[in-house]
Amino acid sequence: MGKETKKVTRERVAGRQKLLVPQIAGFVYCPGCHEPLAARAIADVLEELGTGDRTLGVFGIGCSSFLLGILDIDVVLGPHGRPPDMATGLKRVYPDNIVFTVQGDGDLMSIGADPLLGALTRAEKITIIMLNNAVYGTTGGQMAPTSLVGQITTTTPGGRDIAHFGFPAHAAEMIATFKGVAYSARGAFNTPYNYERTKGYIKIAFQKQMDSVGLSFVEILCACPANWRMSPTDSLKWIEEKMILEFPLGEFKNVDRIE
Amino acid sequence: MGERMFIEGNVAIGWGAAKADCQAFFGYPITPQNEITEWFAREFPKMGRIFVQSQSELGSINILYGAAAAGVRAMTSTSSPGWSLMQETVSDMANAELPCVIVHVQRAGPGGGPIRHAQQDYLQCTRGGGHGDYRNIVLAPASSQECCDLVQLAFYLADKYRNPVIVMSDAIIGRLRETVEVKKIEFGPVPDKEWAARGKGRHKDGKRRVVDHCADLFGRDPNYRTFLQRLDQKVGQMQESELQYESYKTDDAELILVAYGYTARVSKEAVNMARAEGIRAGLIRPIAIWPFPYKVIGDKARQGCKFLVVEDCLGQMVEDVRFAVEGCADVHLVSILDRHIPTDGGMILPDKVFDKIRQIK
Repeated sequence: MGKETKKVTRERVAGRQKLLVPQIAGFVYCPGCHEPLAARAIADVLEELGTGDRTLGVFGIGCSSFLLGILDIDVVLGPHGRPPDMATGLKRVYPDNIVFTVQGDGDLMSIGADPLLGALTRAEKITIIMLNNAVYGTTGGQMAPTSLVGQITTTTPGGRDIAHFGFPAHAAEMIATFKGVAYSARGAFNTPYNYERTKGYIKIAFQKQMDSVGLSFVEILCACPANWRMSPTDSLKWIEEKMILEFPLGEFKNVDRIE
Repeated sequence: MGERMFIEGNVAIGWGAAKADCQAFFGYPITPQNEITEWFAREFPKMGRIFVQSQSELGSINILYGAAAAGVRAMTSTSSPGWSLMQETVSDMANAELPCVIVHVQRAGPGGGPIRHAQQDYLQCTRGGGHGDYRNIVLAPASSQECCDLVQLAFYLADKYRNPVIVMSDAIIGRLRETVEVKKIEFGPVPDKEWAARGKGRHKDGKRRVVDHCADLFGRDPNYRTFLQRLDQKVGQMQESELQYESYKTDDAELILVAYGYTARVSKEAVNMARAEGIRAGLIRPIAIWPFPYKVIGDKARQGCKFLVVEDCLGQMVEDVRFAVEGCADVHLVSILDRHIPTDGGMILPDKVFDKIRQIK
């Protein structure tokens, strides 16, 4: 052959973002989980924007908060559901920084509804990224506000029943109705195409914040095979066939100026 | 010489915070502290500083968490129900070691309570208030001047210990209008906030900062025990170094009154009335109600003094005084049940305290 064999590394196959912590200690995500992809997408976008040095990540409680061990940026971790509040404090002190939260659907839409509504009403110039896996992941798969009708969870063993537990909460659509919102979109990580599209949404969301337009929001449908009691590949199918039907992908609001 | 102003305790809090270089205030409306929030809304934007009216007390305390994590001096204020709401995050800030000041203008309870004065949150404030092992220094002003001065001390102590500090007044001290000399007080240097999250580019070493409230998770300390040992040392150091109390006519006293806040003003008057009749009464007024002056009270008990606690609740600080005397002295109480009228407008007045002094004598 005579050709030099290049060493096959993860860096060559998939690339490795500079904004990921060099030695990730205690990687906690389950096999097939989509949440680390959010770290990858955020790191990619921050590198493209060249703003990693003035970015603050804010995390609450849930699997989403473990991203703070992966992203090599300044981070603040605080109480369950409170990241939009903490981000408000950080952004008001450092208006030139990019301040974003990463939260689960429970952290944002259930226990965190009060800080979310506060930030939306005040039109805080922050970015909120919600990872929607339709369950409480860290605590073992209980019903979340986003659980689908009929979905079996540990607290809805007979399936989510609308008479008692109502209907799934639609964050991206609700947030788009607020005047102070510059951008609201929903993406998914179930296919490479959707991953790229979602990364684009994150980039636009950060750009809206850099331009001080208003609050920006991206919801991302994420697989949770461990709590869905499914294989990683079946989970991709479930997102495609069930979740996206309930939670359509796309942009719900995109404005350059709010008056 | 500072500027002299005729202002309420609540307003004095604002001027004190401004002198202490507080950069941000977050508040939510609740009686009887609205004058504080309104002062910041009016004055802070003029100074180029940050004011945010939050969506709830949960909002106030968590926005404060963010600003404190950003490394600036910041504060909030509230009253009893709001103080209860804040407790989870106060506990988180003790873990995350975030310096901040919280002003708590007490009102009556339990629950929604009457919205007028009372001193019913002593135990909740001095025992931390939230879950887990931690303590906050609690300063209790008894005048408008002290509102202005103690809020400055609070910022200094918060930075010194990297811990929340509480300034606990009450509806009477908060609404009491007195002449105040507004001047900046120097307390000496405080540690650099090199731990704050400002964006990696702002750190000299170029390394990222993690501000977290789960001490064992992200390697701040080698393990949970080392974290707890550090916390224990911090609490011990506060107890050793931050005692603050006023002794009034205690040198030859046979009966010592113990009171803080508005009831200390009332008690001082009662001591004067007793002295006029030749009764040797005195007053110990804890200015810091945590750490509490156990030893001072214990020493007096062993010298044969009796004690009378005056507090506008069913009896909370009286537990600390009983603990301090270790069974060596009688401890009496004038409580909320001794107010001059039975409605929520009732107050503990000096003549009632004086009657009790005469009975004990």
